[in-house]
Amino acid sequence: MNALRDILSQGAQMLLVLGLAPLLTGFVRKVKARLLRRRGPPLLQPYRDLVRLMRKDVVLADNASWLFRVIPYLMFAGTWVAASLVPTFGNGLLFSWTADLIAIIALLGSARFFQALAGMDVGTAFGGIGSSREVMIASLAEPAMLITVFSVAMIAGSTQLATVAEFMGSDAVGLRVSLGMAFVALTIVALAENARIPVDNPATHLELTMVHEAMVLEYSGRHLALIDLSSQLKLLLYVSLIACVFLPWGMAPADASVGRFLFGALLYLGKLTALGLLLALFETAIAKMRVFRIPEFLGAALMLALLATLLRFVSGSL
Amino acid sequence: MIAVALWSVAALLALAPAAIALSMRPRGSVVLYGACLVITAALCATALLHLLDPAHPVLSATLPIGLPWLGAHVRLDALSAFFLFVINLGGAAASLFALGYGRHEDSPGRVLPFYPAYLAAMNVVVLANDAFSFLVAWEFMSLTSWAMVVSHHREAENVRAGYVYLLMASFGTLALLLAFGLLASGAGYDFDAIRASHPSAALTGMVVILVLLGAGSKAGLVPLHAWLPLAHPAAPSHVSGLMSGVMTKVAVYGFVRIVFDLLPEPVWWWSMVVLLVGGPTATLGVLYALMQRDIKRVLAFSTIENIGIIFTGLGLALAFKAQGLDWVAALAFTAAMLHVFNHALFKSLLFFGAGAVLGATGERDMEKLGGLIHQMPKTAFAVLVGCVAISALPPFNGFVSEWLTFQAILLSPQLPSWGLKLAIPAVGGLLALAAALAAACFVKLYGISFLGRPRSDVAASAQETDRFSLTAMLLLAGLCLIAGILPGLLIDALAPVSKDMVGNVMPHQVGLQWLTIVPIAESRSSYNGLLVFVFAALCGTAAASAIHRLASDRLRRAPAWDCGYPDPNPAIQYSASSFSQPIRRVFGSIIFAAREVGEMPPPSSPRPARLQVELHDLIWDALYAPIAKVVGFATDRINILQFLTIRRYLTLVFVALIVLLLVVAL
Repeated sequence: MNALRDILSQGAQMLLVLGLAPLLTGFVRKVKARLLRRRGPPLLQPYRDLVRLMRKDVVLADNASWLFRVIPYLMFAGTWVAASLVPTFGNGLLFSWTADLIAIIALLGSARFFQALAGMDVGTAFGGIGSSREVMIASLAEPAMLITVFSVAMIAGSTQLATVAEFMGSDAVGLRVSLGMAFVALTIVALAENARIPVDNPATHLELTMVHEAMVLEYSGRHLALIDLSSQLKLLLYVSLIACVFLPWGMAPADASVGRFLFGALLYLGKLTALGLLLALFETAIAKMRVFRIPEFLGAALMLALLATLLRFVSGSL
Repeated sequence: MIAVALWSVAALLALAPAAIALSMRPRGSVVLYGACLVITAALCATALLHLLDPAHPVLSATLPIGLPWLGAHVRLDALSAFFLFVINLGGAAASLFALGYGRHEDSPGRVLPFYPAYLAAMNVVVLANDAFSFLVAWEFMSLTSWAMVVSHHREAENVRAGYVYLLMASFGTLALLLAFGLLASGAGYDFDAIRASHPSAALTGMVVILVLLGAGSKAGLVPLHAWLPLAHPAAPSHVSGLMSGVMTKVAVYGFVRIVFDLLPEPVWWWSMVVLLVGGPTATLGVLYALMQRDIKRVLAFSTIENIGIIFTGLGLALAFKAQGLDWVAALAFTAAMLHVFNHALFKSLLFFGAGAVLGATGERDMEKLGGLIHQMPKTAFAVLVGCVAISALPPFNGFVSEWLTFQAILLSPQLPSWGLKLAIPAVGGLLALAAALAAACFVKLYGISFLGRPRSDVAASAQETDRFSLTAMLLLAGLCLIAGILPGLLIDALAPVSKDMVGNVMPHQVGLQWLTIVPIAESRSSYNGLLVFVFAALCGTAAASAIHRLASDRLRRAPAWDCGYPDPNPAIQYSASSFSQPIRRVFGSIIFAAREVGEMPPPSSPRPARLQVELHDLIWDALYAPIAKVVGFATDRINILQFLTIRRYLTLVFVALIVLLLVVAL
């Protein structure tokens, strides 16, 4: 009975993140449009886009290799596994011990590694510029993320997300300077990793500004659908991660009743809505940066994360 | 068992003179590499059996060679067995690779005799149980590898590499000689006697610094790394693989044997020195690698990075051991040893891949390659596995050892020393930076040389490499995956080593649920490579089958879109230098004193504009260039002595005699 519930909750988590990911993207787009006094596409437009893309033929460049065709699946698998490991509505997930926070970052790193390779496979200048900028951004964002994880893990005494969430939900945390710094650092990293303004703007097709779009320019049909879905999943992952670490209240424990799970899911939807609203507000309030100002932006995240970790090393209570 | 090991080493040594005769024969290289493959495989199996033997016996013997009345002491314990295993695994893979690759060699007589001798020397270093045999084998290892570095002596670059290598190797051996001199002053040459002696704190401190210089110069620690990126690429590729993947590990062995085994309990500041060298080595190594466009130089610089990671692990182990937290020390030490093994696997694989590319195209410059995934699909696949593994991405092996190192760092707030409290987070940050940059570096290496369109005719007409080389590469690639998804087996196999060196072991891993690895406690951290792999594979295939069933699975081929401006010229692709330009702009101005100069032709001139990039190796400029300058200056002055008349020489001798007599008289 217990095993069945565990499998069900893990399966529900996997399907939930997959199902919700396009909705979150659609919601952020809608809010942004409303803030700009546009009507904006309907909330469900991302689902329609995915279905439309799936139905279309794939147009493959003449010299694309087998790797180019495999990479969308690899990216999707890596991102989906990572997203299913972040606790959302319930805490005691079946496979939560398979991979800790460091492994989740590395899984996303694998997805990015392959995406950057895909950008270079066809041998066009656009793919190269995208990949080259992506690895530059990643080479700063990933260490910032890891060090943020260090500081959070040292406060919670674990890199296991379930334990971190449990600790952060308890009264033992209190108000800490290092947590505040880690929160800001994580937010900056999330913006950079998800190709959001001010780091990247996937809505444009201006070669001077784009990073993510430049890499996937040669993709079409089902391949593009998978890549879009992966990036939507990644956004959901980061939002859930922030929710899980900094707003862990209301998550159902492992042995909870169905009603408790439903309550957790409802609360999770609320958290997504709130964070999505904040993201849309932030994105409309700020302008896109020049590419070579991004290192300063990410450098701030790196410094904050390092400071948070140092504070943790130096003092037990800050 | 030790007899098997010694006879195998003797056989390798006997092969060396036989190789001189073999090198004249047309199939001589096949016979030699075949024999080396058999012997190293036997040694590898012996070492593994010894490591897995539950009794972990310490075997020793004294041979009637070496110094009179002292003989040569040899010993096989868990540490030597582990390194013997790594060396001979790399050796067997290199020999298998060379069965095919070695046939391309135009002057086999310059490589064949040294190859088995080199393998034998590395084996003797880890078996030696007295300072004399250790140093002789160490120097023999340097000299035989030097001979292979300069085997293609007609290229001026290689000769310079050999010269710098010889200088640095001599410096390293000198440092080790002094270290042993200090240690032996109270006890003698025998390692057993040194272990039993109780040297003073000042003396052991000096020994640690000297060993760090000696072993560090062989391993490639910054700032003693200058020779490594010159020498490793210069040798034939299977030898490069051995030098980078295996010989640097022998250097790690030297450090571990002396600092962890021969010296008494560590003092906390030793770890500080090791950490402050290891962390920057990791980051600088990979930054240098990113700036290169020669495949083998990228790989050589990346070895420096990995050595930095290993030494960081060793430094952490020393720190924890000095504070008596030996269970965390066991974690850090196991992480370092696991990385030793992992790096030997993927670095050999990548060097073999570079060799296959070199054999097929004759090019090491990435900017003349491209599109090789079409011409050499199997090589491309194996190298891709190596690139993913070395970038520390799950589910491959590189991730496991870095993950364990990070877990050890996360436990370091428990250390009471304030210096370490400040140093370790900084080192952790440097390691995180190195890991991210390594991924960028290998995206570049793979993307530029294997993907895209061919940038030259040789790249367009490359042929897949021979089946021996392919087998060697695919075997190593398979091992990378297995070591990544079943790390618990390796951690358990390393338990006796960590027991001997730091006095404690990591918790027993095999038998935990689903082969998960748990360094401390499950609520703290755990990782299961097998499940991550299975999980991801299931998700990927589920997505693929769902899409092919429900969605359109039609496919059309068309010219690349490229925003509507397809250009047939492959030169519009990103090149190695342009790929790393953003990262160069972020880090380069401080670390490499990088300068970009755009040179525009005057109006109406049809000359193309040029972009010149200047990079400086600041360590070379600040450390080596002044030394070279002083030496040059001194030799210029002394040079006068070479052209004196006989009268002046006689006067000099006479004056010297008088001075000496005066010294004696006083």
